[in-house]
Amino acid sequence: MSAIAVWAEVSEGRYKKPTLEALTLTRQWADSLGLPVWAVVIGKELPTDSQQVLGDYGADRLISILDPQLEPFVNSAYARALSELIQQKAIRYIVIPQSYNGRAVAPLVAIWADAALFSGIIGVPEKEGEGFKARRIAYSNKGFEWVYTAHLPLIVTLKANAIVPAKNSRTPEQESFSFSPKAEDLRLKPIRVEKIATDKVPLTEAEIVVSGGRGLKGPENWKIIEELAQVLGAATACSKPVADIGWRPHHEHVGQTGIQISPNLYVAIGISGAIQHLAGVASSKNILVINNDAEAPFFKVADYGIIGDAFEVVPRLTEAIRKYKAQHSH
Amino acid sequence: MKVLCCVSHVPDTTTRIQFTPDGAALDRTGVTFIINPYDDFVLARAAELKEKSPTTVQVTVLCVGKNGASSADSVDGNLRKALALGLDEAVRIDAEAKDAYYVARQIAAYAEGKNYDLIMFGKESIDYNGSQVPGMVAALLGLPFISYATSITIENGKAHLTREITGGKEVLECPLPLVLSAQKGLAEWRIPNVRGIMQAKTKPLHVLPPVEILPRVRTLKHEPPPPKGAFKKIELDQIDQLVEELANKGLI
Ligand SMILES: Cc1cc2nc3c(=O)[nH]c(=O)nc-3n(C[C@H](O)[C@H](O)[C@H](O)COP(=O)(O)OP(=O)(O)OC[C@H]3O[C@@H](n4cnc5c(N)ncnc54)[C@H](O)[C@@H]3O)c2cc1C
Repeated sequence: MSAIAVWAEVSEGRYKKPTLEALTLTRQWADSLGLPVWAVVIGKELPTDSQQVLGDYGADRLISILDPQLEPFVNSAYARALSELIQQKAIRYIVIPQSYNGRAVAPLVAIWADAALFSGIIGVPEKEGEGFKARRIAYSNKGFEWVYTAHLPLIVTLKANAIVPAKNSRTPEQESFSFSPKAEDLRLKPIRVEKIATDKVPLTEAEIVVSGGRGLKGPENWKIIEELAQVLGAATACSKPVADIGWRPHHEHVGQTGIQISPNLYVAIGISGAIQHLAGVASSKNILVINNDAEAPFFKVADYGIIGDAFEVVPRLTEAIRKYKAQHSH
Repeated sequence: MKVLCCVSHVPDTTTRIQFTPDGAALDRTGVTFIINPYDDFVLARAAELKEKSPTTVQVTVLCVGKNGASSADSVDGNLRKALALGLDEAVRIDAEAKDAYYVARQIAAYAEGKNYDLIMFGKESIDYNGSQVPGMVAALLGLPFISYATSITIENGKAHLTREITGGKEVLECPLPLVLSAQKGLAEWRIPNVRGIMQAKTKPLHVLPPVEILPRVRTLKHEPPPPKGAFKKIELDQIDQLVEELANKGLI
């Protein structure tokens, strides 16, 4: 019996949004092919809510691959585990979230399991002739590409925030798959992880991002950005020059040479909208631009625009949202 | 120590991307091609290593690509620019980069048996943004793969690295040889000096035929992003209505 397998990535002991998105896409793809969904969990132990969460998001079977050496994450060991599973069970379709770890794993699996790879797709693959096609973003948000292959197995990685996680509950059967990594898969030795501001949503997963540019004049003025982000539960980002001069940390730099994001709402404050900046943010579903120059190029890709001084507009906006939220919270 | 830097040849970051009328390909007319900006981090790091140990570090720059019709679309021209940073030799595999798998197989075929200690790529190319080739090359050569590396130092055959992960960074160790893909931070971008540019003119640039490989994924067509209508202009006294509208759309 065949199935679509999805790597249910565990991050800090939990199934986070990229995994729920991948499960959702897998369920939709599986339904279009009449196949069951196998959620594959790799690690040292199974999170206690695995059966519940994976079942909620459409998994018919939970396959766990557990070994003490699978923590901490090492890409080659995880890729080896997935490749062996794919080959032993003759799995033909595999979904991997396009998270940092997903990107480190997928190309290895493509080689070891002799598979084709679609990377960063933004919708469910569709049958086309003998094979499948899928849509992805290309040219750093300046275009879309339809990719096609008739080669199986086919691995797809799903871009973050491309689809909305949707429940489709059932009770998955459980199975364990025996695997232990070989020494050659553990040459890479993780020493430690350094977290940044743990109270914030990671930029790549955030649904709302508030971003500031050189128009803010100096690092001391970021308070208005932080406050707006706080009332919105948003992540903060910045333009490249702002990170380069050290007003903000490098990990906030979005754009062609920074992080690429596609939140539901991107709020651009004092950013001109240079083509390299847009390359990282133009696939945001909604863009609100605040800029005192009506000619700023950013307005060309905006859904909403406020032409005005950030130091006046932003605190007002923050206050209006705070007021709205207070009135509408029960 | 032998270092291989793999670079791709991509439209300049300021290019307004347009496709041929059937959507099959990029319209290359008038487009200037550059070395992928993420690959520039790799070249800069290689130049630093070379500067520190000029006699023991040997750096090769490689690109899989065909020269275009104009001088603005010349892979060889871009490879010479890379050499101008003080690197030793360039290699061009004379084939169109058909898909990630095809490119990875070409690079692996070239590197096989040449005992490179360090093979570096940018984290992705700004044309197809696939992030596939570096990991595929590592898997083909049986080497460890570090993605999104933001620093690397090498001591006694062992590399100390950091890589970007969700919400932070990871510190790692790995014996050489290894393959990495670079994120911003690996090194500061460099601009070649006049002496470097002069020297690059006579450095070796080998053009090699591709090995025969079938690509696995092909592009059916490209589409431009949907046209954006005019934005909704919000006056200062309409901020409450804006908040209401964003909330009704489920955005906040
Ligand atoms: C190869 C390459 C790669 C690049 N990659 C990136 C990238 O990844 N990301 C990126 O961001 N950039 C990138 N850039 C740089 C890019 O070209 C722009 O220079 C940069 O995005 C400009 O940043 P900015 O909008 O913050 O600053 P500016 O261009 O200086 O714009 C500031 C804006 O703030 C507005 N402003 C000023 N005062 C106020 C006020 N009081 N209230 C409201 N608005 C105000 C101004 O009208 C202006 O529009 C790259 C460039 C190159 C060459």
